[in-house]
Amino acid sequence: MRNRAASTYIVLRKEDKCTKCRACVEQCTYGVHSYNPAKNVIESKSWLCSNCLRCVEFCPTGALTITRNPNSYRMGHHWNHEAIMDVKRQAETGSALLEGMGCDGPNLTYWDRLLLNACQVTNPPIDPIREPIETRVILGRRPPRVELKPENRRLMLKNELAPYICAETPILLAAMSYGAVNLRVQEAMARAAIECGTYFNCGEGGLHPELRRYGSHIIVQVASGRFGVDIEYLNSGVAVEIKIGQGAKPGIGGHLPGEKVTEDIAMVRMIPKGTDALSPAPHHDVYSIEDLRQLIYALKEATEYKKPVAVKIAAVHNAAAIASGIARAGADIIVLDGVRGSTGAAPKAIRDNMGIPIELALAAVDRRLREEGIRSEVSIIASGGIRSGADVVKAIALGADAVYIGTAALIALGCTLCKMCYTGRCAWGIATTDAELSKRLNLEEGCRRVANLIKAWTMEIKEMMGAMGIDTIEALRGNRELLRGVGLTEGELRVLGIKVAGE
Amino acid sequence: MDWASRKNKFSSSNTLARQPANPQKIGTQCRGHHRRTRRSPDEITMFQHKDQRTASRICEKSISSCALFGLINLERRRVTCNEALRAISCMSERGNGLGAGFAGYGIYPHFTDAYALHVMYLDDKAKRKVEKVLMRDFQVLLGEEIPTRRARSTLHAPAFWRYFLEPARSKLQEEEASPDEYVVSRVMKINGEVEGAYILSSGKDVGVFKGVGFPRDLAEFFRLEEYRGYMWICHARFPTNTVGWWGGAHPFNLLDLSVAHNGELSSYDVNRRYLEMWGYKCVMHTDSEVISYALDLLLRRHAIPMDLALAVLAPPYWDEIDSMKCEDRDLLTALRRVYGELAMIGPFSIIAARHGEMIGFVDRKKLRPLVGGVRGEFFYLSSEESAIRLISPTLDNVVRPRAGEAVIARCEAPRAVAMLSTLNQKEV
Amino acid sequence: MDLRESLEPRGRLQVDGNVALLDATGLHYRELNALMRRLSAEGVENVELHNVNGQRYIGTGLKRPMNIIVRGTPGNDLGMFINGQRIFVYGNAQDGCGNTMNDGLIVVHGSVGDVAGYAMRGGRIFVRDDAGFRLGIHMKEYGGKKPIIVVGGGAGDFLGEYMAGGLILVLGLKEEKNECVHSPKFVGVGMHGGVIYMRGCTIHAGKNVLVEGVEDEDLKLIRSLVEDYFNHFNLDLRVNDFISDEFVKVTPSTSRPYMGLYR
Ligand code: SF4
Ligand code: SF4
Repeated sequence: MRNRAASTYIVLRKEDKCTKCRACVEQCTYGVHSYNPAKNVIESKSWLCSNCLRCVEFCPTGALTITRNPNSYRMGHHWNHEAIMDVKRQAETGSALLEGMGCDGPNLTYWDRLLLNACQVTNPPIDPIREPIETRVILGRRPPRVELKPENRRLMLKNELAPYICAETPILLAAMSYGAVNLRVQEAMARAAIECGTYFNCGEGGLHPELRRYGSHIIVQVASGRFGVDIEYLNSGVAVEIKIGQGAKPGIGGHLPGEKVTEDIAMVRMIPKGTDALSPAPHHDVYSIEDLRQLIYALKEATEYKKPVAVKIAAVHNAAAIASGIARAGADIIVLDGVRGSTGAAPKAIRDNMGIPIELALAAVDRRLREEGIRSEVSIIASGGIRSGADVVKAIALGADAVYIGTAALIALGCTLCKMCYTGRCAWGIATTDAELSKRLNLEEGCRRVANLIKAWTMEIKEMMGAMGIDTIEALRGNRELLRGVGLTEGELRVLGIKVAGE
Repeated sequence: MDWASRKNKFSSSNTLARQPANPQKIGTQCRGHHRRTRRSPDEITMFQHKDQRTASRICEKSISSCALFGLINLERRRVTCNEALRAISCMSERGNGLGAGFAGYGIYPHFTDAYALHVMYLDDKAKRKVEKVLMRDFQVLLGEEIPTRRARSTLHAPAFWRYFLEPARSKLQEEEASPDEYVVSRVMKINGEVEGAYILSSGKDVGVFKGVGFPRDLAEFFRLEEYRGYMWICHARFPTNTVGWWGGAHPFNLLDLSVAHNGELSSYDVNRRYLEMWGYKCVMHTDSEVISYALDLLLRRHAIPMDLALAVLAPPYWDEIDSMKCEDRDLLTALRRVYGELAMIGPFSIIAARHGEMIGFVDRKKLRPLVGGVRGEFFYLSSEESAIRLISPTLDNVVRPRAGEAVIARCEAPRAVAMLSTLNQKEV
Repeated sequence: MDLRESLEPRGRLQVDGNVALLDATGLHYRELNALMRRLSAEGVENVELHNVNGQRYIGTGLKRPMNIIVRGTPGNDLGMFINGQRIFVYGNAQDGCGNTMNDGLIVVHGSVGDVAGYAMRGGRIFVRDDAGFRLGIHMKEYGGKKPIIVVGGGAGDFLGEYMAGGLILVLGLKEEKNECVHSPKFVGVGMHGGVIYMRGCTIHAGKNVLVEGVEDEDLKLIRSLVEDYFNHFNLDLRVNDFISDEFVKVTPSTSRPYMGLYR
């Protein structure tokens, strides 16, 4: 049973416009279009279409339209089209469903229900075009106080401060491993990071020798699979991030299917070619918080205490308590990844049902750390579903030091959110390691677009800060007074620590 | 047992109190000004209860703009506040009668070694509670109602009492705290927990008098003509959000540090939440309160010198820091990194005072006005030069702190008026 | 004060040419490891540590080859990330021994705790006595590198979990006797590379693994490793006592254990 009747999308081709150039046949990576020489027509298998729009973009005559199939299953609220489709898919394959990108469930976006304050009379807004507005953030552990000692008739710092990294904008590029994406994507990100004075996280798949020259703007990740992790790798970036979990798939590991483990990827990950690259669900040397401390300090020893160590967790119900434990375990930076966080491949059930929205988790973590008096000692990076400069501002006002963006950066590169990443056949040459497909991405262009995005958002952030009369990012961090909520329940307002609009 | 009889008990058992204390004031009987235990509904909004204000953990902040004036005699010669009052009153355009206050230094020469607590009570229950704490934790040398007289616009004044006290020695040893630390912890506790009671000032030989009204009304109400001090800080307020309430007026005080400020901090909530991590309870919901606590944390608890404390409150731009020489850059980076959340962002001018020291500074964009003037042994700070000229038409020198810069006047050797910028001091 | 300057006069640190002798009593691991890195940078290639008790990460972060003798009980993550250094422990090692080790040698005259050789990529670990749970999980081999763990005694459950390469040999010896002392469960669950040899025990293996007898090839390999084992621990050479049918060989049935689980 192919479920053709109710395929989600249908391909409409205006035959009078089609010149049979076969661009669509070449561009589609899912085998939708094919040329039938007997009839001299292009035929399309709509049920294979994921609406990635690659063919539409490349059709020279504009003959193609992809649209939602009007032949949907009978519209229900509970048993909606997607639910029925999923059941049919599973009945066919007997497999758990896998999908790419992040959870897109309704009602989970709190950003839209948060509004920002602006200056009127009592204090002046600042014009970001003419006056300095500082978006530099310093990430790393901070001592509770500065201690000074007199030396040579002046005051000097008594103790050297813990290592830190300094980003010129609060926007960092989230972890994307070589394997999940190809080398061009990673290089575009790394170069954009350098251009914008920020950082790119290379993910858990090791760091390609080609990219090591960008080390000054790379954060290296250590996950349970320990792919490509050796002393040299740990020291090749500016910071080390331990990935305990990620928002798209909290509590489970990951695996890069063997067909994606090419020669080059095998080399970077330091595993044999063609084998499944498995990341176990837990780090097997971290079964509890004191073990985490052990791993944190192992990484500090390995980097001679010269690099900050971050710990990334998925935002789960008791994220606040966990974050407090992480801070006390010696982490310099805590990364919180909300339910909207994306991935190259995750079981759909887990992606859509596990974890909580970043807004709530962030607010809870910030409050908890403050109650314990340790908020200012660690930095917090929020991630998972940040779509605009406004989201960044709101995240910082809720208590983040900075944010990671992943999906948005990929969209800048050309991603159309078709969610087919798990197939490794990304038509836009992003979530694929196929040598031919990778060429679809132009490195220079990609780098320029990602850098543009960061610059544009940074400008937006400055404008919003200016309108709020704030000229340092520190004065925005945790400034809940600047936020008001609309359409939120008492409970949500309480967790977010904000007042309702009008109050 | 009511307080009056207790007071008598102290008087009879305490040598200090038995002397005619301050010949000007202390010991005079309470005037029994208009005071009721039950209040009308409109008054209740005026004296918003702190648990109402803090119940949701999200505090309403009082916004204000205003006039500032400060005066110091560098020889520590004590004067009445009359000149300061004239000066602040001449800036009445900047205030609207919804709040004013005075901090006097050197006004209690007979109790220079005792902590002077000025406490505002909204009802008798609060008073009983506070006095219980004071009796338990302190040796109270003298407790009395602050003498007041009726004045225009001060009809609904709460009650004001003052206590001269020393920390109970045994408890102090038990807690292994410094006396200052000990007093601060009690102030925080009372201000944070006792409903209807606010400690307005808690330093030695310092007193804050403030409330709702124009400066002149408040001076009359508190009979300020009867005090003499070598330094006076005054403030007239133009609150923009709610009816003024007595506790929300300036100056704000903790120990011998008093702060009056003009402007509004956009960073208020960040500053407040940072300070709360250090145990400060921001119950007054004013910018001056967080500025005071920030200065207290930096200067007293973290032993940061004044010029660097300024670099925290009005931080140099990163560009400036980046171009400094190595050690300075490290130091300033460290300060900004550690105390980034204490940066006061938004327009402000501030007059801060400690014994023997008055300092004025403005935000790093210089959005609010502040001028200083020197004449002989007097140094003045004001929102407007005209106010200084009113009481001293000729001045030896006029100084105007630039963005992020401070002007500081010190009585102690080397006695000086100086411009202070980060890592730099220049006498004027 | 500098640690070295404070230890040397008291005789707790003696440096002679490229050899150093250090009394580790009371040193924090951070001090100890920093000192070792400094000694290494100054050309010391042999370090003997006395009175080690609980100091973690010994050997981690060294940039040059070094032979390290550890007397006492080293702390967790002994030799984590090491890259060619050689560590000889006279005593028991705790958890995480040889964690994510890249190359080198760890010889433990005693037992090791749990998760020894986690994510190990190269080098060898010899354990005279027993290993704890989760021995050699997620070991992988790559290029010319092939990690090897030889355990004289028994090993706990889940050995070789997720194993992606390398070799684990568990001899199951009990002192003086050749009897089998172990019966680990879930051997090689999720295994998709490498090989585990076990002597004389019933195998409770995971899915996706093959359990077979050993061939002559295997036995040759086992022999040479057993020889190494006996040499390291100065035991009587009784390699010939081992006969092929005492051994079983565990290998993955697929290098793609997760294929087909998701669609
Ligand atoms: S790309 Fe457009 S014109 Fe070319 S074959 Fe496809 S539908 Fe026809
Ligand atoms: S990365 Fe490629 S496959 Fe994944 S959602 Fe974007 S366009 Fe589709």
